[in-house]
Amino acid sequence: MTQTTIGGTKKKINNALAMAALVVIFLAYMFPFVMVVINSLKQKRDIIKSPFSWLFTIKGLSFDNFVKAYVQMDFLSAFKNSLIVTVSATFLVTILASMLAYYIVRHKNWISHIAFVLMVASMIIPFQAIMIPLVSIYGGTLNILNHRATLIFMHTGFSMAMSVFMFHGFINGNIPIALEEAAYIDGCTHLQTFFQIVFPLLKPIISTMIILNALAFWNDFLLPSLILTDKKLLTLPLSTYSFYGTYSADYGTIMAGLLLCVIPILVLYIALQKQIINGVVTGAVK
Amino acid sequence: MKSQSNGKDFCMFALPGLFCFVAVMMVPFFYGVYLTLTDWNGVSRVKNFVGLSNFGAVVKDIQFWSSLLLTFKYVIFVVVIVNAMAFGIAYLLTRGIKGQNFFRAGFFTPNLIGGIVLGYIWQFVFSRVFVSIGSSTGWSLFEASWLSDPSKAFAALVMVSVWQLSGYMILIYVAGFMGLSEDVMEAASIDGASGWVKMRHIIMPLMMSSVTICLFLTLSRAFMVYDVNLSLTAGAPYGTTEMAAMHVYEKAFTSRQFGAGQAEALVLFLITACISGIQVYLTKKKEVEA
Repeated sequence: MTQTTIGGTKKKINNALAMAALVVIFLAYMFPFVMVVINSLKQKRDIIKSPFSWLFTIKGLSFDNFVKAYVQMDFLSAFKNSLIVTVSATFLVTILASMLAYYIVRHKNWISHIAFVLMVASMIIPFQAIMIPLVSIYGGTLNILNHRATLIFMHTGFSMAMSVFMFHGFINGNIPIALEEAAYIDGCTHLQTFFQIVFPLLKPIISTMIILNALAFWNDFLLPSLILTDKKLLTLPLSTYSFYGTYSADYGTIMAGLLLCVIPILVLYIALQKQIINGVVTGAVK
Repeated sequence: MKSQSNGKDFCMFALPGLFCFVAVMMVPFFYGVYLTLTDWNGVSRVKNFVGLSNFGAVVKDIQFWSSLLLTFKYVIFVVVIVNAMAFGIAYLLTRGIKGQNFFRAGFFTPNLIGGIVLGYIWQFVFSRVFVSIGSSTGWSLFEASWLSDPSKAFAALVMVSVWQLSGYMILIYVAGFMGLSEDVMEAASIDGASGWVKMRHIIMPLMMSSVTICLFLTLSRAFMVYDVNLSLTAGAPYGTTEMAAMHVYEKAFTSRQFGAGQAEALVLFLITACISGIQVYLTKKKEVEA
């Protein structure tokens, strides 16, 4: 009896200590974000005086910085570009990778075997080992840089191996072939069978892959920076980069600009938190 | 599927995806190997075949080796700190405290934001906020911006990367801790194992599969660091914080030595692949079934 009470209090104290430690670490983690938010609302001279001064002590508190950043970054255009690229590439890779993985699982021939082995092996090649020849081929020989479609195509190609790998694992383990055979007997073509029977069953892995790929495409900097130079086509990370290069001394505007970039992702994160976290964990553990 | 329409199926199902993959991954990869044997500058029409002399140049490129050495140092710091912190935090989070999901989600936030934006946020923190702390408290550690001193700028880079990566690893370790069987833990407690003994002999071996994943992910990400490096320090002061990936980029696209740059990229890739391979082999050997 006493034993359990002692154990109980000890556990309580331990948990309280754990909680305290977590809160401290958490606040330290959030500190940079807090700084950005506060300073995005201040004038430059107040920021230079003290980046710490809290909101209510500031007289010149305003949203001017946001308006300025919005205009100078060409935020709307960059946001639109990022959205088009991310949505199209995510859509393409989801469809193409699931079809390819399905083919590989259901057709055990030499082509699908070689394709799969190549894809798995290619997953260890980092982008940096590809980027130089990539630019020479697509920029030099084919001369198709500076098109949104090129970037979308490349995002699709680069995420293909990983996506096929994930779909392959899922189809192999979860999709009974009997269902498809029944569909064939009912007179479905292969495409109909895939899109009407198999594809809906892939929902869990599709949502995982959409999250993983979309996040990667949205935030990618290196690949788009090599492909796009036309100001009208810049994605958000690229326009942040050029914006920062031009206005780096204008702290308030910069902070507002950075916040503008972060807000869309945060909104999405708050809405889909559970799915995003589950997706990332599944993606890593596989 | 029936086999008579095999060719048609292949064209419909496999070909489009395969085409993207081959055009973007495979062709450039092999073309890249060919590029290392030429002296191409990225613009001229002529590519002279120069044999292995680019690799000779890699060996002699002192800057490359110093950036590689710096990358090694960086990788060691980042991998050790990220995993120790993430493991610790995940352990605290899974002790049944309130708000576990809230903390987990919060710690993961930096991962959702691109490296460029993160680097700029921290640049402000290091060059204005910390300096302001330094000047108002007289704390000499913060009196000058960390980013203007080589070793402190390096520390800043490690700090930001730890901040960025640990949330992801926390997720994986939390999943690992949640997967530990209650029965095993209880049996261990009944047998008198507690605290450190339990951690060392029961929890650690069972967590090895999470460790394998986390080490692999941190290793491969840290070796290829570019975005944060570019936006936080851009190699400054005086190129002292230029990591290998950034060096490769500069070599090819700024100095216009495509062949030599690609040779360095391949060397970097091979080193990373070997180290990750050894790591996975070593930690996998330690994995046990519950």
